[in-house]
Amino acid sequence: MEQISKANQEALQRMLRADPVLVDVVPAAQAIPALGKNMILHAGPPIEWPRMCGPMQGAICGIAVFENWAPDLQTAEKMAAGGEFDFQPNHHFGAVGPMTGLTTLSQPVMVVENRAFGNRAYCTINEGLGKVMRFGGNDAEVLARLGWLRSTLGPAMGRALRELGGIPLKALAARGLTMGDEMHQRNVGCSGLTLRALAGALARTSDDREALAEALDFIGGNDQFFLNIAMAMGKAIMDPVRDIEYATVVTAMSRNGTDFGIRVSGTGDDWFVAPVEMPEGLYFPGFTAADANPDMGDSTIVETIGLGGFAMGASPAVAGFVGAGAASTAADFTRNMAEITIGENPEWTIPGMDYRGVPSGIDIRLVVKTGIAPTINTGIAHKEPGIGQVGAGVVRAPMACFESALVAFAERVGVA
Amino acid sequence: MSNDKDQDVHLPQPPLRVINLGLERFSDDLDAQRVEVVQVDWSPPAGGNPRLAALLEKLGV
Repeated sequence: MEQISKANQEALQRMLRADPVLVDVVPAAQAIPALGKNMILHAGPPIEWPRMCGPMQGAICGIAVFENWAPDLQTAEKMAAGGEFDFQPNHHFGAVGPMTGLTTLSQPVMVVENRAFGNRAYCTINEGLGKVMRFGGNDAEVLARLGWLRSTLGPAMGRALRELGGIPLKALAARGLTMGDEMHQRNVGCSGLTLRALAGALARTSDDREALAEALDFIGGNDQFFLNIAMAMGKAIMDPVRDIEYATVVTAMSRNGTDFGIRVSGTGDDWFVAPVEMPEGLYFPGFTAADANPDMGDSTIVETIGLGGFAMGASPAVAGFVGAGAASTAADFTRNMAEITIGENPEWTIPGMDYRGVPSGIDIRLVVKTGIAPTINTGIAHKEPGIGQVGAGVVRAPMACFESALVAFAERVGVA
Repeated sequence: MSNDKDQDVHLPQPPLRVINLGLERFSDDLDAQRVEVVQVDWSPPAGGNPRLAALLEKLGV
């Protein structure tokens, strides 16, 4: 159909014209005025408490204590089961969050502005590895770190970014690809580049030498610091691609640990969901596949813009880290993803693949026709709340999401 | 009526060079017999689901 080709080209051009800039860090309630008391934004498509997985429930209990909505985890659990919290997807409020992905009113969120279209997207600050809230952690250590992000690092980053006038992300991500990052499970290069861009402004806008040192140490010690920035960048790029009539391009992929959901440009903001799958990967010492929680998080917005598993060819090191196979096979994943996308990004290129652009614009028609599901690089959470990350791996988006989206799209355009 | 004895039977003669579409098992067997074979990954559109395949045709792929 001619209309579909034109609509998809428009979708791709909007992706390629995007100009994402990290401009600020502010309290979530300031960025998202709809956020109120007892309101919790979570990763993935909509879900209610009884169907949430262990880490999601654990993180919710923790965040309720963090926000002083509950005195302890037990009370928080009773409140959640009693319907006292309003659960909503991040994606419905211009936000994204990794793994459990909780966003609540007092947490600091990073603000990415797409200057080509004027929209903004938000994501919390990455907490680091190990026992953290995004993997379901909720003890005193986890809450104390969140408190420091809120009281110290968030405001410091906000001051620095305002002084800088923002950090343009498109060129930074391009450079990251040449440094071996795919920006989902490997962010070493981009995290370093971010610290380099921020360090001077952090120093100039700080009057507390010890707090400054803590901020620099925290960013410098977290190889995944850039992940949350990449996610907000992805959301800022894809939101202007929503609601293009006749477009079959995927605008969001996301999972809540129970369901995997996708949204498609030509079908508005409907979610097409299917049971989420288990990642296959490598486990940290002492853990096995029996400990793993199913796939979770909004971080698949990174694959939606052509990074992560789609850019595996840029990151042979990550192929080994996530157990995807030999480093020499990394490019095969990228070539495979080119089968289900409508174009390449000429500004995000992969040196080891003769500067081929990352595959961009997932077309649900091509996914269903070829039977090739998007490849996602992901962290693996322990299935019990409060333990944290136990490994990293690769997972495929469920084909059923794309099949149901295709049927709905066909009905919408009158050919079903 | 034809007579089987009268028909010429044209079997491929060695050396064989084979392109196999789809199921890898066939190329694996030939490979094990040292027959030169190129495997092509192929599967029917939409995994062979006729309803989805018909929709895809209407949607231009």
